[in-house]
Amino acid sequence: MAGKNEDIIICRCEEVTLGEIREWIEKGYETFDELKRVLRVGMGPCQGRGCREMILREISAKTKVSVADIHPGTFRPPAKPVKLAVLAKGGDK
Amino acid sequence: MSWKRTADVVVIGAGVQGCSIAYNLAKMGVKDIVVLEKGTICSGSTGRCGAGIRAQWGTEMNCRFGLAAVGKFEQLHEELGMDCGLNQSGYLMVAYKDSEFEQLQKSMKLQNSLGINTRVVTYDEAKEICPGLAAEDAVGFTFHDRDGHADPFLTTFAYMEAGKRLGVKFLRFTEATDVKTVAGRVAGIVSSRGDIDAPVVVNAAGGYSQFISKMAGVEIPNFSERHEILITEPVEPGVCPPMLMSFSGNYYIQQRPHGSIIGGCSPEGHPQDYELGNSWDFLEMMSRTFVRLLPRTKGVRVVRQWSGLYNMTPDRQPVLCEADNVKGFFLSCGYSGHGFMFGPISGELLAQLILGQEPWIPIGMLHYSRFERGELLIEPAVV
Repeated sequence: MAGKNEDIIICRCEEVTLGEIREWIEKGYETFDELKRVLRVGMGPCQGRGCREMILREISAKTKVSVADIHPGTFRPPAKPVKLAVLAKGGDK
Repeated sequence: MSWKRTADVVVIGAGVQGCSIAYNLAKMGVKDIVVLEKGTICSGSTGRCGAGIRAQWGTEMNCRFGLAAVGKFEQLHEELGMDCGLNQSGYLMVAYKDSEFEQLQKSMKLQNSLGINTRVVTYDEAKEICPGLAAEDAVGFTFHDRDGHADPFLTTFAYMEAGKRLGVKFLRFTEATDVKTVAGRVAGIVSSRGDIDAPVVVNAAGGYSQFISKMAGVEIPNFSERHEILITEPVEPGVCPPMLMSFSGNYYIQQRPHGSIIGGCSPEGHPQDYELGNSWDFLEMMSRTFVRLLPRTKGVRVVRQWSGLYNMTPDRQPVLCEADNVKGFFLSCGYSGHGFMFGPISGELLAQLILGQEPWIPIGMLHYSRFERGELLIEPAVV
């Protein structure tokens, strides 16, 4: 792969570049969740909606496992960011 | 990669305990160490914890561990060659009852006698330490400025990377399914990928340590509780720099240097079902605590909630020892919610014990036999 792509930001919430992601995949951090733990990719407000697919493709390129067979990482609630004051008001049970 | 059939030491669990024990053993000269992890590195309790590190404890044992661990964290990035995300903005303990404040001050006297410079602070001082704080109903505060938080992921990975450089092998997606013993000695392990013969096996399996012990025929009274936690989007620093903690208020809240605010509390009913789910009740209850305690967080958004297991013991202090009836089987578990912060020190002490050295902080009282003898070391300072 051409080195000029290395500076491209893949995770915009946490400003993580393609180069950093490739560097850590190379070190053996070959699952989405491990990359998330070490680089914070997917931990920002969008929760990986922007970067997940691109990162899975990078993992696939290294491990030669099809994207469809790679664990996409854990999805956690809430589905979208919600203000604390709204949550504190409670909901209907 | 061909399967490794033998090792000098097998460590079960790649959380901070397992990685720290493996690294410390390698540093002391052990050559052939294998760490088994049923999931990925740091996927269990360490990676789910609240990240706090403190020396403000209520028993001498925990004060010594806490102080030594804080000292380790202060130089860990140099020793391990990787940033561990240390942030020493202190722990601000908040008491809402007179009896609670008395207990905090009693603990403070113990801490002071052991070289931990905890002090009582006024509400005005507390607001300087934590500018967003609203705690008019509190009766008192204590503060220790060397407490704080670190990044559990980076700390664990730093131990793993340093261990790898010293030759430690880490096997992910490899679950220990049995512990082999012969004539009162450990002989190795059986895993989902094959057997490994080893004269030393370490149980650092966190929330699942009671199952691993049982495989070896060692009965410990540990049990696991689900605790929940949430994190907000990053906001400007200075909202809650210290770890705000209250036992009667039932919360701990801190802001990462990166800007996100983390908060957790003790669950009602202490679910012990090994499920790692998320509840609406927690989200609502914790959000109420946030906006009451830090009113300026009203408009801050929660981005994620998750849960993890506290591996509890009857006195909320760890089990750190060699088994009586199975020589060579060592345990480092039962940290009752503070395993991450003790990892740097407990890993070193257990490595010393494994190598037949005298641990530099005595750990004899952390043997699980204390439960049978009824000599509990009850720790009052746990959320």
